[in-house]
Amino acid sequence: MSAQDDLPKLLGDCVHCGFCLPTCPTYVLWGEEMDSPRGRIHLMQQHAEGAPLSGPMVEHFDKCLGCMACVTACPSGVQYDRLIEMTRAEVEQEHPRPLQERLVREAIFRLFPYRRRLRALRGPLRAYQKAGLDRLVRRTGVLERISPSLAAMERLAPPLGKAPRLPERVAARGKHRATVGMLTGCVQGEFFPGVNAATARVLALEGCDVVIPKGQGCCGALSLHAGREEEARAFARRTVETFESVDVIVVNSAGCGSAMKEYQALLADDPSWSARAEALSARTRDLAEFLVELGPRAERGPLPVTVAYHDACHLSHAQGIRAQPRALLAGIPELTVREVADPDICCGSAGTYNLLQPEAAAELGDRKAANVDATGAELLVAANPGCSMQIATALRRGGTGIAVAHTAQVLDASLRGLGREALVGRPE
Amino acid sequence: MEAELQALASRLGALLGSDQVITDPVRLRTYDCDGLTNHRATPGVVVLPDSAEQVAAIVRACADAGVPYVARGSGTGLSGGALPRADGVLIVTSRMRRILEIDVANQRAVVEPGVINLDVTRAARPHGYYFAPDPSSQQICSVGGNVAENSGGAHCLKYGFTAHHVLACEVVTPDGELVELSAGDPGYDLLGVFVGAEGTLGVTTKITVRLTRVPETVQTLLAAFASIEAGGTAVSAIIGAGVVPAAIEMMDALSIEAAEAAVRCGYPPGAGAVLIVELDGPEAEVAAQFAEVERLCRDAGAFEIRIAADDAERALIWTGRKSAFAAVGRISPAYLVQDGVIPRTALPQVLARIDALSAESGVRVANVFHAGDGNLHPLVLFDDAEPGAAERAEDVSGAILDLCIEHGGSITGEHGVGVDKARYMPRMFSEADLDTMQMVRCGFDPAGLCNPGKVFPTPRLCGEVPGVRKGPHPFAGKADIF
Repeated sequence: MSAQDDLPKLLGDCVHCGFCLPTCPTYVLWGEEMDSPRGRIHLMQQHAEGAPLSGPMVEHFDKCLGCMACVTACPSGVQYDRLIEMTRAEVEQEHPRPLQERLVREAIFRLFPYRRRLRALRGPLRAYQKAGLDRLVRRTGVLERISPSLAAMERLAPPLGKAPRLPERVAARGKHRATVGMLTGCVQGEFFPGVNAATARVLALEGCDVVIPKGQGCCGALSLHAGREEEARAFARRTVETFESVDVIVVNSAGCGSAMKEYQALLADDPSWSARAEALSARTRDLAEFLVELGPRAERGPLPVTVAYHDACHLSHAQGIRAQPRALLAGIPELTVREVADPDICCGSAGTYNLLQPEAAAELGDRKAANVDATGAELLVAANPGCSMQIATALRRGGTGIAVAHTAQVLDASLRGLGREALVGRPE
Repeated sequence: MEAELQALASRLGALLGSDQVITDPVRLRTYDCDGLTNHRATPGVVVLPDSAEQVAAIVRACADAGVPYVARGSGTGLSGGALPRADGVLIVTSRMRRILEIDVANQRAVVEPGVINLDVTRAARPHGYYFAPDPSSQQICSVGGNVAENSGGAHCLKYGFTAHHVLACEVVTPDGELVELSAGDPGYDLLGVFVGAEGTLGVTTKITVRLTRVPETVQTLLAAFASIEAGGTAVSAIIGAGVVPAAIEMMDALSIEAAEAAVRCGYPPGAGAVLIVELDGPEAEVAAQFAEVERLCRDAGAFEIRIAADDAERALIWTGRKSAFAAVGRISPAYLVQDGVIPRTALPQVLARIDALSAESGVRVANVFHAGDGNLHPLVLFDDAEPGAAERAEDVSGAILDLCIEHGGSITGEHGVGVDKARYMPRMFSEADLDTMQMVRCGFDPAGLCNPGKVFPTPRLCGEVPGVRKGPHPFAGKADIF
């Protein structure tokens, strides 16, 4: 993706029709041209023509969530995803940021992609939550004054329970249908361990041998989407190596799946890795995508629950996966799926966005929460840990809690006949 | 920035919030064009008002300072009607996007000018109503822009243009006064003058639109023909049979190719032209007429006819057509969208002439049109990296307008004159005609500050005597600012 030669062509694809505007979260918020995809492309064009990366310019690039709704909306096929990634990489290299911003960014990128560091944080965080310090901190607003980003991080942390370790192999139940590798992810693995356990069980119950390599690390999604290309490439190489022995890699986190499907582009310029990266991208499947391809075999138990399904941007816009999760949910007896209004508009989570742009993210979170609330559903289903944390936080802020689950957990409850209690009323 | 503009900018800063006035050059440049990119000018100042009172205050400040101003909605216009002035203020209404009222009993809605066209329909739909004007950009174009351009759309064959759906406009006049122009007012139809005036008579701040009842039934078919001529024959036969479809749209092979590449609409392969015919109304009427339309299409040589079974299939048929303009970006680095009108009966001759023009010049032309009312949208393709290509495309585009005029048509059906076609106005109108129009304009905007440089080929001041002009023009020496 370092192919800066492509830039003029990629920029030239935009015909300035404006069809992207109504799907852009920041245009929806502020109604300004420079905070729309069309406007940002205009800024990139200005920079390509020689205008320096000025403060205002970078500010508008930073405000982009990278949700890719504009890519879906664009009739001219503009690859805004590539454009913003290239631009971010350039910003990272060339634009000096103020000290506090630099520190926050460094902290984020030295923490989240590393499971062990996240794990080390779990203990203190649990103690902090148990002691009720979270309520005190939020009431006094002390963290908000030190750093809005830190405060956002604190607010978003989900209530933590025990984190069971997954074995390296889970055997298929019944007749063997496939052998799949499973990415456990960083945030998913440490903050939502129940999702990974459910994913492994669902895959096994559907007849898959599940391989969960111990040595796996971060897939590089956070770094890639933030323009930290070298870091992303390093993570990508390691992930390629880890999963080379399996035919299919199943990913239950939308952001990770989307990044892994992009490895071929990320490592295109590296001759010793490009072919391996391409092969890995081709073998990567989102959980819902894979299960629909595989076809249902295990018996579904009834779940009399009304759910709202939330389209994670990196699932719907980046991977084009909308029908599959809905089909899986619709296949569960007695379960009702409600659609959330404005499904194309991002919830504001967007990787590290809710940490780096807490205000805009909170506003988008509130909008999404109101739309979720309006469905009257008892359970919110999403396929990305960031979205779950973001929407749950916004709903809490609005005073209306809702139970949150990953598609995998709903399927797990149905396949194991756990009943509705397993899903609603759970605080996660 | 010139001193007077700078002074005005700080005055505007005092009138509005700091996040409502843009003066940073990098940000200003993102407003340098609307949907038509071959005309560009970086505005002197951009303001983002959020109320009618703010718009009035901005206009008064501009009038006091003698600074020109241009209103802009979503910036999707295709004639450069919202092209900014380097020496002026761009009033952007994208934050005035509240739907103030949906009055179902009286079939009307009251909206702010920045409200997106499709959002009016979304709000009215649960009550069984919709906003009929449907430009292809309806998902983003603003109602205020629709009013300025008197926008049409695929369905204006049966339902008419924006003018037929606007009941009243609150307008900030060029002297900064807030007035209400209403269709019900006795005396001169000033609302009729205002709608379609391309923003040269004032800035609308509130619009009362008519809501139309959602028809009982809608039936849509897609018919594929070997050639444009065969498609044209079908169109004439349908209209000749007394059927008034909600829409009849035609696309030629090149535009089909583009749409296919963009949205994979799955139109029949090998088609030289496709026709989209939509009928709506009471069930019995639609059923009877639909059978007739199908027969007429087959008689004209349709080799495949697809009937949309549900709304999803209908949407897919329309997606290809509605995305056609922007989709051309897939098959050509750059293009011009032309908008001309001809009598429906002249369709085959004019299309043959366009073909010939294209062959002579080597400039590819894709055709998309509202076939029912003879509104052509030729898309003239070129490579902007190739020296001279833009000029050749411009020539072909202009020659197509000449063809329209020659056949008794018009230089614009729905995109407006703007800055792009001002120079063609004398081909359609005599000097006396243009002078008469100027006098209307002077009645509203004697100082000539409200969207100057649009619609009319020669900028003039209102004190000038209509007729032959002598001596240096009063704007002489300021030409560089246009």
